[in-house]
Amino acid sequence: MFQITRSAPVYDVVIIGSGAGGGTVTKVLADLGISVALLEAGPMLHPEKDFKMLKWPYEYPHRGALDGGASYFGHGRAFGFFSAHAGGWELYGEPYTVAEGSKFNWFRSRIVGGRTNHYGRISLRYADYDLKPYSRDGIGTDWPISYEDIAPYYDKAESFIGVTGSKEGIRSAPDGVFQKCPPPRVHEVLIKKAADKLGIPCIPNRLAVITQPTNGRPACHYCGECGRGCIPASNYSSSQVQVFPAMKTGKVTLITDAMARELITNDEGKVTAVSYIDKTTRTEKQIKCRTVVLAASCCESTRLLLNSKGKGHENGLGNSSGTVGKYLTDNTGFGLGARIPALEGMPRHNSDGMGGAHLYMPWWLWDKKTDFPRGYHVELGGGHNMPGIGSFTGVCAQHEGYGDSLKKAIYEDFGTHVSFAGRGEMIPNKDTYCEIDPNVVDKYGIPVLKFHFKWTDAEYKQVEHMEKTFTDIIETMGGTVVKRNRPVEDKISVGGDIIHEVGAIRMGDDPKTAPLNKYCQSNDVKNVFVADAAPFVTNPDKNPTLTIVALAWRTAEYLADEMRKGNV
Amino acid sequence: MTRRDVLSKIAAAAMAGPVGLEAAQHVHEAAAAAANTAGGIYKPKALTQHEFETLKTLCEIIVPGASKGGAAEFIDLLSSQNPEMAAIYTGGLAWLDEAMKRAYHMDFLTAKADQKTEMLDRIAYRRNRTPELSPGITFFSWARRMTVDAYYTSAAGIKDVGYLGNRAIKEFKVPQEAIDYAVKRSPFA
Repeated sequence: MFQITRSAPVYDVVIIGSGAGGGTVTKVLADLGISVALLEAGPMLHPEKDFKMLKWPYEYPHRGALDGGASYFGHGRAFGFFSAHAGGWELYGEPYTVAEGSKFNWFRSRIVGGRTNHYGRISLRYADYDLKPYSRDGIGTDWPISYEDIAPYYDKAESFIGVTGSKEGIRSAPDGVFQKCPPPRVHEVLIKKAADKLGIPCIPNRLAVITQPTNGRPACHYCGECGRGCIPASNYSSSQVQVFPAMKTGKVTLITDAMARELITNDEGKVTAVSYIDKTTRTEKQIKCRTVVLAASCCESTRLLLNSKGKGHENGLGNSSGTVGKYLTDNTGFGLGARIPALEGMPRHNSDGMGGAHLYMPWWLWDKKTDFPRGYHVELGGGHNMPGIGSFTGVCAQHEGYGDSLKKAIYEDFGTHVSFAGRGEMIPNKDTYCEIDPNVVDKYGIPVLKFHFKWTDAEYKQVEHMEKTFTDIIETMGGTVVKRNRPVEDKISVGGDIIHEVGAIRMGDDPKTAPLNKYCQSNDVKNVFVADAAPFVTNPDKNPTLTIVALAWRTAEYLADEMRKGNV
Repeated sequence: MTRRDVLSKIAAAAMAGPVGLEAAQHVHEAAAAAANTAGGIYKPKALTQHEFETLKTLCEIIVPGASKGGAAEFIDLLSSQNPEMAAIYTGGLAWLDEAMKRAYHMDFLTAKADQKTEMLDRIAYRRNRTPELSPGITFFSWARRMTVDAYYTSAAGIKDVGYLGNRAIKEFKVPQEAIDYAVKRSPFA
């Protein structure tokens, strides 16, 4: 069997995953002087080399279409060639399966920093009522914590990573510690005027981008392409903002290309080591630990627990409740765009700004009656964005022809489109969960996840509401929406598409129904903690990353405290 | 990329501050690219010389200036890496020459300008789709799309369309004249 050499060190904490949750725990524990080992399934990140910041398409012979023009044949890279991720919807040799009748897409990025290297940086606090949904509308389950419990950690998270925004006093979008948001772009000015007319709040965006020097990081240089990664770290990525600085304390041992396979327990049921595959040699290794923090992403952490089977925990570790894998949700997604005639022929100027909108619309009907539960927020798109492969394919298809008239059509079209994307709350349902597929293993021999996913009327009605709202805004701006009669099932995003998977190892007050206590500590195995989005009880209409950071911070402090007291 | 462009990039790199290293890398790549095309003669990798010349002429008609954007080279390069792409172009260009010979007894390259445009006016629009023209229309749609992509991702095309970003700046501002322009033309005027 597996041998552990006598001299192998025992780490106080082994953290699995270096994304928003793992990066935060690493930083907080290292600052407290606790020695940690950080396992990352992907390779090391080298921002200077890996990030395509400020690159032009013509610096690459394929211009971004990939070798052989793969993007023309439907084999493009997710989010395009220039995106900073190291992964995609499919990873070669690391499959997942989807149950018959379900659709689900799972985005993974295997690299130090995980999905925080490329994500949208939208940083929204959950509202007080988001954490007590059952008390409010009788649907689902309340969180075991309240806004007051998490608010101090939102403060810490925002202060440390840096988030733009403005004090607005809107209950659905609690104010935080904000840096100044740059001014709205021209199309955003028009959108705001339309929103004002329709009674929809449209406020400075809350992005994890710094607009003033912060902790040695320079302010944003406004190249508009946060998704490519930021070499000077003027936006938040766990790799650059947390992991790399934490490594300077000397308390962090980073182990890359380490794919966690199983948690090893002793006779008392405590975790003593993490078994992982060293991808560079495809050999199994073990690392000893006093405590372990799962931060591999909601679904990977779930997979790891379910794959850690043994005597007394035949259904997976920490799963006496039988709920690990259940209550999985994504946010709903729907998008609509249109050409705005008022923007045609606009004097050219640099509209890049931050990598993302400078305004957004928080949910505004939280105290009104709607025909669906909960709500959504609205993200904005538009501007004179850097031309890339496919930027004018729509104009070509519409205008047809060639020559000077085609060029004129392209010139006039550039920068005239606006788009709206809704991101809303999904209600957990019994048909949406993940489990281990008994028939399939990945290329490391690790059993893979099988997804079951179903939207219900709650989400469909919300998406219909989004469509009506976006149509109203566009028409108020003088644009025209091309009416397309499609069933709502085709309008709503595919489960997983929004990459906001949460909830599969949730926290709660009752160990019979929730695997984790209110500090995200396993009820069954006291030295196991979860610090990604898996503990979330619900998936409110706010992007989850800021809450991952805040909760992970809280969990790390609790872990350190329990360790000091000798409880773990 | 001319020597002057390379030098101006170096100057920009020196000014860039926190992103200086990155800009320096650009200069390095730009210089390498300039050296690559030194001499100015591109040898097609996937297409025959005749096919390449035909494509180049076609691209230039689709987007005047396309050759400055390296459109034919872009298509040839991708074709050399992908047989599926190559087939679209070798097949399409052969179709075009055949159609020209049937109509004018000359291939595309040697035909007169008005004969070229007469043919393109047929295949540049979906509404003309007949069993006879269908392959040409499909091919033209590919050539138009990729010529446009190549041109507008080149330095010349980016300048032409008026994109002024992708640079490090200290403060983001929105020109009032641009706001006024749009608001005046909007329903909010």
